[in-house]
Amino acid sequence: MPTIPDQQAAIVTQFNALPDWDARYKYIIDLGKQLPSLPDADKNDDNIVRGCQSQVWMVASEDGGKVYFKADSDALIVRGLVALILQVYSGQPPEAILANPPEFINQIDMGKHLSMQRSNGLAAMVKQIQMYALGYKVKLAQQP
Amino acid sequence: MTAVMNQLTEPEGSPTTAYPIEAIRAEFPILATQVYGKPLVYLDNGATTHKPQCVIDCISQFYSKEYGTVRRGVYALSEGATEAFQNTREAVATFLNAPSSDEIIFTRGSTEAINLVAHSFGHTYLNPGDEILISAMEHHANIVPWQQIAKLKGATIKVIPMDSNGVLDMSAYASLLSPKTKLVAVNHVSNALGTINPVAEMIKQAHAVGAAVLVDGAQSTPHITVDVQALDADFYCFSGHKVYAPTGVGVLFGKRTLLEAMVPYQTGGDMIDQVSFDGTTFTDIPHKFEAGTPAIAQVVGLGEALRYLTRIGLPAIAQHEADLLAYATERMQTIDGLRIIGTAPHKASLISFVVDGAHPLDIGTLLDHEGVAIRTGHHCAQPVMRHFDVSATARVSFGMYNTRSEIDAFVQALQKVLTLLR
Ligand SMILES: Cc1ncc(COP(=O)(O)O)c(C=O)c1O
Repeated sequence: MPTIPDQQAAIVTQFNALPDWDARYKYIIDLGKQLPSLPDADKNDDNIVRGCQSQVWMVASEDGGKVYFKADSDALIVRGLVALILQVYSGQPPEAILANPPEFINQIDMGKHLSMQRSNGLAAMVKQIQMYALGYKVKLAQQP
Repeated sequence: MTAVMNQLTEPEGSPTTAYPIEAIRAEFPILATQVYGKPLVYLDNGATTHKPQCVIDCISQFYSKEYGTVRRGVYALSEGATEAFQNTREAVATFLNAPSSDEIIFTRGSTEAINLVAHSFGHTYLNPGDEILISAMEHHANIVPWQQIAKLKGATIKVIPMDSNGVLDMSAYASLLSPKTKLVAVNHVSNALGTINPVAEMIKQAHAVGAAVLVDGAQSTPHITVDVQALDADFYCFSGHKVYAPTGVGVLFGKRTLLEAMVPYQTGGDMIDQVSFDGTTFTDIPHKFEAGTPAIAQVVGLGEALRYLTRIGLPAIAQHEADLLAYATERMQTIDGLRIIGTAPHKASLISFVVDGAHPLDIGTLLDHEGVAIRTGHHCAQPVMRHFDVSATARVSFGMYNTRSEIDAFVQALQKVLTLLR
């Protein structure tokens, strides 16, 4: 499993190789189309991460000291962003999640545009991932 | 005028050939800007409108040469500013055909105007068991203040339903009205649907049971000539920034008898008669409702914007926008899977829509990248979204400076965006 910094670097390289914004948006949209849907039962109010204009649902689980995330959204561009976030953080140890903020967002050429838009809920999603990581970190530390 | 008409670039067959669209566009400097290297197509006039050069110049000139406080100073600058301020009050009274400029109160916008009425009317007239009627298509600004005052006063909110076209159910309205009804609050034009509501008829019926009516004119004043006397409205409000004027200023018209009887909203300087530590008496309307130093330059800018609108003529603007509405509706209906939300027979120039297989947020985000600014979301009207069983819509809203070719650009961009998304 590549580390979080490796995953972030890979995304940045991939993005910046794309010729223009149209291509970058198309790439995000394709990621969104490919992301597996969450089962409807998981799309409940308990799992909601509120964006201003779209919904994100996220579930987390822990296995062998690593945190796994699954997520979905009703908007396609947001699904694409979800896919990127999951690629970076899902399957990583909680300490690593907490130690590595999503710097790739600012390093890809459309990062400023994406992260400034409160509407897509990107910031809320990252915060939720960090909250889960913190929760599992505390839980794992309490285990004998 | 001839030079202006020679410059017309409207497509042939347009019924608006006499409308000086090029001269109007030239008056709005922001329309010449580019977004991501593409010409700006601004279709979010329902949210806010851009400012003509004459308004920008007026504010700049006012701050450069004429600025001072109002109604306090004994010196020339203050007297000049007070006069300019009062001139806008007169201009607004003319704009709404109010009987007197004493009945024109400056607020921060429609939101504050409605909060003012909810507070001051509510504390003066509402008793436990009284009813307030609002419509099913109100902006949150015309819902939440009523909920708050109703809770405080033990009053009840009743909702006038609408049908699947976004038309209010007038027979339901008639049966909701009763001697318990103290106030009806309804928008003249819905910001989420475009519906023009039959407010004159609604006011007549409300008066028959002794209820007062507040009309939220935030979305009507940019498009429709309003005559508060012909409507017999008790309260009518609008926002400056939606009628090509600055932000931070809005208007509440209220009938003199009501305003005089109502308790103040905010208290402080500029609205008092005598103050001692034993008590205070308040000054006359409109100043009783204008505590503190007002948004002086913005008010002066509003006056200029109204003069500009009057110069072009609201009937001419309305005709131009009706053409844009019809043209855009026709063009948009050719798009596969597009459904217009709000299909009332009488609509102002805004169109809410959803498209099968494409989330409004995705549509808006990608259109932005094509230079087209539209609104997406719930439009501060979540009950309307629930009624139509959608979580959000996309919305285009046209103003005096939009053109058919901008609608073509929008439709073309929308088609491109939809191929990406579906
Ligand atoms: C129908 C309606 N009412 C009230 C408002 C609130 O206006 P403002 O935000 O200018 O106070 C708006 C603005 O979006 C509106 O469209």
